[in-house]
This record gives sequence, C-alpha cells and structure tokens, in this order.
Amino acid sequence: MDELLKILNNVKPGVDFEHEENIMEDEIIDSFDIVTLVSMINDEFDIEITPADLVPENFKSAKTIYNMIERLQNEV
Amino acid sequence: MIKNILQLLENTVELFPNKVAFGDDKREITYVEFLKNSKKIGSCVASKKVTQKPIIIFIDKTVNCLEAMMGVIYSGNFYTILDTKTPVERAKSIIDTLDPIMIITDEKNEKKMSALNIQNIEVLMYEDAVDYKIDEETLKDIRDKQIDTDILYVLFTSGSTGIPKGTVLTHKAVISYTTWVKDTFDINENTIWGSQTPFYFSMSITDVFSTIITGATLYIIPKMYFSFPVKLIEYMNEKKINSIYWVPSALCIVANLGTLKTAEFESLQKILFAGEVMPVKQLNEWIQKLPNAQFANLYGPTETTDICSYYVIDRKFENDESIPMGKHCNNCGLIIVDENGNEILPTKDKESKIGELLVRGSFLASGYYKNPEKTKEAFVQNPINNSYPEIVYRTGDLVKYNKRGELIYISRKDYQIKHMGYRIELGEIERNIYGIDKIVLCACIYDEKEQKIVLFYQGELEIEELAEEANKRLLPYMRPNKYIKVSHMPYNANGKIDRKKLKGEM
Repeated sequence: MDELLKILNNVKPGVDFEHEENIMEDEIIDSFDIVTLVSMINDEFDIEITPADLVPENFKSAKTIYNMIERLQNEV
Repeated sequence: MIKNILQLLENTVELFPNKVAFGDDKREITYVEFLKNSKKIGSCVASKKVTQKPIIIFIDKTVNCLEAMMGVIYSGNFYTILDTKTPVERAKSIIDTLDPIMIITDEKNEKKMSALNIQNIEVLMYEDAVDYKIDEETLKDIRDKQIDTDILYVLFTSGSTGIPKGTVLTHKAVISYTTWVKDTFDINENTIWGSQTPFYFSMSITDVFSTIITGATLYIIPKMYFSFPVKLIEYMNEKKINSIYWVPSALCIVANLGTLKTAEFESLQKILFAGEVMPVKQLNEWIQKLPNAQFANLYGPTETTDICSYYVIDRKFENDESIPMGKHCNNCGLIIVDENGNEILPTKDKESKIGELLVRGSFLASGYYKNPEKTKEAFVQNPINNSYPEIVYRTGDLVKYNKRGELIYISRKDYQIKHMGYRIELGEIERNIYGIDKIVLCACIYDEKEQKIVLFYQGELEIEELAEEANKRLLPYMRPNKYIKVSHMPYNANGKIDRKKLKGEM
C-alpha cells in the first residue's frame, strides 16, 4: 500500500490519497494522468492492467486500486 | 436573410422539434425544449435592458452551459465561457479585460465561483433564469436591431506573453464557418456527435454549431471516460455516436491504452481531428480498426473561427511522413508568404519554399477584445493586395506545399530556431523521431540559454538506443543535444502537449 501511495503522490503531489474516496469523480486524477498511473503501477507491481480493468470502480480510492493490484497479482 | 445564428436554430426547431438536440451523462433535451429554455434565459437577461455587452458563463460542460450560451445570444449580448477550473489569476485577467455586466452560473458551480472572489458583478443563477417567463416581444425587438457582424462570443487563448487574448467572433464568421463544416462533412439530422473538446476551446464550435444548424444530435462525453476506454466505447455505442472531432491526444490515449485491439465501435463513421499534429502511428491503428470510416485532418487557429484548411485521408502514410493540412476550406483564402512578403505558390512536382500562412475571408475573427496592439500585429493588410483595404490574419505558422500541391505544416514560427547558424524547424525533428518504432510520443524544445536541442520522449527504449536511431535520420546539426525520457507527456487544459511545462522541466 505504501508503494501505491508513493506512486499516487508522484502523479499528483499534495493530495491526501489515504482518505480520498472519489479520485476520479472529484477530478483529482485527470484523464491524461491515468496513462502514467497505469504504467507506473504495472512497472512497480509487475502486473498488467488491461483495458478491462480500467473501470471507474477500480479507481475510486487508493484502497480500490490496491484491491485490483492484489487481484491481478494473484492471477499471475 | 440569415444574419443571426438563432435563425438557424429556430429553423432546425421547426423541422425537428422532438429530436434530441443535446445530451450529457445526466439528461437529454429535445430541440423544442432547448429553444424554450434558451428563450427563458434570454428573456431574463434581456430584462436588464442592456445589449452588446459581455457576459461570463461559469458553468461546466453540460446542457445547462449550452442553454446559457444561446440565452445570452437571445438577450442581444455575447458570452465568454470561463473554464470552471481556471486558476484565480487567469480568471482575474479575463474579467479585467472583459468587464462583464453579468456572470451566469448554476448551483453545481456556485461554490467554485465564490472561490474566485469576484466583486461588483451581478450573478445570475441558471436555475432562476430558466424559470423566467418568455418575453417574445422583447426578444423580437432585440433581434430586429442586430446585424451579422455583432459579436457572438469572445474566446480567450493563452497568448505568448501569458496575458490571455480574447478573440472576437461574430455571427457572420460562425455562420460562414459552420456552413462549410456542414457541406464538407455532410453533417445532417442523422449525425450524432460525441463531443470531447471543452466549450471554451475553438474546436467545440465545429460540433456544437454544426449540430444547431442541421438538427444533428450532440452527446457530451464525460471527461472521466477518457481514462476508462471500455466505458468510453460502451457510451459511444449506447448513444450511437457516429461522428467525433477530437484532439489527437484523445485519439492517442485510446490507441495507447490498447483499447483498439479489443473494442468494437458499432456506429462510428467519421473521425475528424485538429489542434496539434496527429502521430501517424496511432492514426494507422485507428484506420486499421475502422477501415471504412472517413478520417480527416483539420487545421486552423481560433482566429479563423476554428479551421481554415483540411485534408481527408485518402492514402497510406508511413510513420515518418506528415499528414498534410491539405487545402483551403471553401470560401476561405490562404496565402503563403516568404520573409519579404512575396507569395509562395505551389510548383508542379516540386516542394515549395517554407513561408508563413495568412488567412483571409469571412471565417476571420474581428480582432482581440480591448487589445488594439495585439490586433494590429496579427490582423494586417493583405501584403499582396495594395489596391483596397483587405485584412488577413497572420497565423504565425510555417507551412509549405508538397509535390502534390498539398499544404504541409512545418511548425510554429516561434519553433523555428537558429542553432549553430542553421535554421531548424523543431517540428521536422519530431517528425523524424516519430519514424522510430518504439516512440509513443515526443516533443522537441530549444533551450536558448544553453543553445541545446532537447528532445522529450515517451516510449520503451533507452536513450542510447534512441540517439543511435535518431542519428541515422537527422542531419548532424539537427540532432538533439539532450534526450529526456518521460513516463508520460504533460498535457495542458485543451489536451495538447504542454510545451511550456516541458520547458520548465529542462
């Protein structure tokens, strides 16, 4: 989880991602940022987020992103 | 006689009263309802008994915003749409320039607006205005006095000095331009647009106003969907979107996220793009996905309403070729001049010299609002006409004719640099770098202080590998002095590569 928070803060500094529950709806992360975020997560956690995983439900908060990462890690 | 964009809207309403005009993720509105709400807002504003004055609309990209736009026009005034995410300083600068008589906002955006701390300007709530009684007599009276060179809207661009410039567009310019759009791309009541560009950006004029004049339908695609391509395509299929006019960055995001491999577009037939150079690699992926669709590259600045030249893609392009800007739009004149003001003409089977592109005709803006100096610099007497007054717009863009007589974009005049005594177009370096296989995106910036060509790139290859490939393609004096690998390119609010930010990162 700490690695993920580090990545999120890297993409958008100055946001309290630990307590942010609506990352996309509050437009904290821009549509253009998501490409970066996905490639950074892929590299850090050695997974592949596919277009099918790119759904709003997975990107609501740091926790939902982390759940997705864990799921994808288990699939490998 | 057509002198006002609202006549065309009213005509459409008569033909297709119950057809959906606009939709966002919350609601849809038919033409007859849209007209009614616009007239209500117009009557409410008109009760102030002021015309020909600026009004700011501070509403995000929704149907509400479109109703407010038409409402302002009904009142005989003109609008500027302020991005609801505008930084305070930029908002202040725009408000200072405009000196608006009123700001229209809605409940959703009211809080954001108070954060801007605007004083002494009347605020009108959308919710109140849309509840007002229509005053047909006053609206008719206002229309009677209007002419086609009255302002429709003022659109602010960044301006190289950092002070936003307000480009003045008239009814005449917008009617001329959108008539071209309609005729050229066969926009009609069967067209269903999927709108990507913000309403404070000139590209939105094309899809919004071509909808109004033809009875087409326009769906606002929620910005968030560009992060979630599966959702995006679901939405496009559900709404039966058959035409899009996006910035290349948006098309690239869909391609780069791997969506094109699996997705199926059920209705998409027209893919138009403008705003920056479309990388050929991603374009080819789109064409491969939709081989029967029409693809067109449009070019133009805000000062020509939106577009002045276009090219419908009719042949295959390699990754290191550029997509032409094509030829002038019908009823729009283009002139290329060299440094001495002499005209450059296409020559058969030979590339022409490079020169600056000038535009003339009815698509032109009337100048910059309350900015005579900048207006004088950009809107000048046609250098090849010394017989009568004729204003042309200097685009500041360098172009040439290729062997086929098509216009080719080279770069901004400001991107033309002098390096080690050579004149170099940074755009030409970028085009060559795009020919290298693993390059996803690149941007070339000149560091004047250090006198270095710096290349920012995104892609799965190391600097040494890239430099080696680049050296095979570029003349020695054009080779970048420094390469910087980025995990992603920064984008500005309009979705273009943010070169100012890159420059700051050097």
